[in-house]
Amino acid sequence: MPLLEVKDLKVRVEEREILHGLTLTVNEGEIHAIMGPNGSGKSTLSHVIAGKPGYEVTDGQILFKGEDLLAMAPNERAAKGVFLAFQYPVEIPGVATMNFLRTALNAQRKARGESEYSTPDFLKKVREVSKSLNIPQDMLKRGVNVGFSGGEKKRNEVLQMALFEPSLCILDEMDSGLDIDALRIAADGVNALHSPKRAMVVITHYQRLLNYIVPDIVHVMSKGRVVKSGGKELALELEASGYAQFEDAA
Amino acid sequence: MPAVQETVERVKRIDVDQYRYGFETLIESDKAPKGLSEETVKFISEKKNEPAWMLQWRLEAYRRWLTMTEPTWARVDYPKIDFQDLYYYSAPKPKKTINSLDEIDPEILKTYEKLGIPLREVAMLEGLEPKPGEQDPNRRKIAVDAVFDSVSVATTFQAELKKAGVIFMPISEAIREHPELVQKYLGSVVPTSDNFYATLNSAVFSDGSFVYVPPGVRCPMELSTYFRINERNTGQFERTLIIADKGSYVSYLEGCTAPQRDENQLHAAVVELVTHDDAEIKYSTVQNWYPGNSEGKGGIYNFVTKRGDCRGNNSKISWTQVETGSAITWKYPSCILRGDNSRGEFYSIAISNGYQQVDSGTKMIHLGKNTSSRIISKGIAAGKSQNTYRGLVTAHRKATGARNFTACDSLLIGDKCGAHTVPYIEAKNSSATFEHEATTSKISEDVLFYCIQRGLTQEEAVGLVVNGFVKDVLQQLPMEFAVEAQKLISISLEGSVG
Repeated sequence: MPLLEVKDLKVRVEEREILHGLTLTVNEGEIHAIMGPNGSGKSTLSHVIAGKPGYEVTDGQILFKGEDLLAMAPNERAAKGVFLAFQYPVEIPGVATMNFLRTALNAQRKARGESEYSTPDFLKKVREVSKSLNIPQDMLKRGVNVGFSGGEKKRNEVLQMALFEPSLCILDEMDSGLDIDALRIAADGVNALHSPKRAMVVITHYQRLLNYIVPDIVHVMSKGRVVKSGGKELALELEASGYAQFEDAA
Repeated sequence: MPAVQETVERVKRIDVDQYRYGFETLIESDKAPKGLSEETVKFISEKKNEPAWMLQWRLEAYRRWLTMTEPTWARVDYPKIDFQDLYYYSAPKPKKTINSLDEIDPEILKTYEKLGIPLREVAMLEGLEPKPGEQDPNRRKIAVDAVFDSVSVATTFQAELKKAGVIFMPISEAIREHPELVQKYLGSVVPTSDNFYATLNSAVFSDGSFVYVPPGVRCPMELSTYFRINERNTGQFERTLIIADKGSYVSYLEGCTAPQRDENQLHAAVVELVTHDDAEIKYSTVQNWYPGNSEGKGGIYNFVTKRGDCRGNNSKISWTQVETGSAITWKYPSCILRGDNSRGEFYSIAISNGYQQVDSGTKMIHLGKNTSSRIISKGIAAGKSQNTYRGLVTAHRKATGARNFTACDSLLIGDKCGAHTVPYIEAKNSSATFEHEATTSKISEDVLFYCIQRGLTQEEAVGLVVNGFVKDVLQQLPMEFAVEAQKLISISLEGSVG
């Protein structure tokens, strides 16, 4: 059974159709890249999978581990193993990162019927994980993303990914706002989390990110559909010739 | 046997004297006739066995009250109150006796559970009879335990207070037992002529607490821990007087996170604090009166006058409040910074949901030299509520070097509520430094979605964000209450989104 199956998905935002019948299949352990110009519907796809309000699905379905994902509340999807790394992670003043991580992790565990972590067990786990990602303890004491640099915000996303152990990670324009060093650090974190059980969907404009996170399959989106899929060489091809060739295909 | 009566019986068996600092549960069957007149005032005074001077004081207040009109400047809207259609004195009603927690409404139990209030205390709050000899090994040190099963806790606490020389008793007893202190201080901060509701309170106040901390004494316990549950028996016109003599310190907490109902809709309390040289009072409030139903019907009108007088040099008064209940809140805990180098603080969280209306804030009146004050106000409006911060900071012309810092933040949840900030600032000398910061923000959909994507429910997400917003104030509360208050805040906002 595929991990994620998006079938003929049609999505509207305020009466305007953004996705016009999108189909995508992701298996366990695969890394997919979704590329495409601005307005092609890449971020819409990631938001609909995660369950962000404001999108109306008019047709099609999304199955996650064979279950109807669209019938689940967004927090249930998270508990089932869907993780969205945000393009612009939000700031939550007054809420220490450590507290946020524990609240979220325990909420997910509770939803799955697992026991919640005690404070000492949680601290042990978070220290282990942050150490393996080279994230300073100091960052965990600060308010969630408050005053974080672009690179720190993305590393915080990677930390959460590592802690929550999702089976599907969607990385929405992870490279935006990062310089090359920060990009490498974040990508290293993502690569460390790749496993035969865990799939990644990497959404990006640029081929650059794919030098660090090497995809198995590349999809090109244009005007709300996947217009071409291929191996990692497709990304290089795009880098050389641009998206214009696909505008008509859509 | 009704619970309250049973309580009294048990206490009598322990030793009445040990219990003098606990709450008073006289069983009286009579009620004052409806309406307010000199007769009503005399009736109350007589019921309380008051000396003549006290009756005189009340009557003067009553006569003054007749000449006053209700204030209308607050941003609250309610039908006109018919003051002749109210009862001004009635004995506390005995609680219905219940034998097991199973008999308590499961909804109420759920609220307690969310608040993290131990079942032992729930039992107390709901009037549950304990089985003889039953003990909870985890119970906290609260004096009310004494009523039911243990001599030791009460005696330890009272012995400790007595040893320290701290006087802590119902004000009705203090009037009889310490008339010299009461006469000296009562009305010295909030005079009988102060304002419509304070004057009304002066005429008809039912009971409240009296605290006197002698010079150089640091009160050996948080009076909060002690006083917590007794509070429910103070009536609608509560009167509290706390005096910290030279170099002393006391921390006092009123209220309860548990939901409180009362058949009397109008509440007009007065609290007076006095600090002498080098003394400090920390006064914390958690208010969770019935806010009315989902259509905005019913709910308590809470018109409160709270004021502290930093009478001595280097003295300090700090107010912390968490206001989540009441249909209408009209409340401005204030500090008169009379002594040189005295300091006033006001930390507030005011939450309104449904149809609640809050008009609250503080006054910092700088009279002495080098006085300083700090105001941190966090207003949260949800549902169809209106939430106003109203604050006055003023420096007298002799108050050289006065300093104030004010930060007023408002958070809106949804688009049918309102947040308003009305600061008044007056500096009558050129050396005063006043800083005022204000922000208003809306809880953002993006922030909520971020939390929800991480596994939180909508309500958990709102609770988390709001608790982050109010963190600076929460940490001013005594520890054990901070945790409960945090949960209370989340509960107050349930159903405010989505």
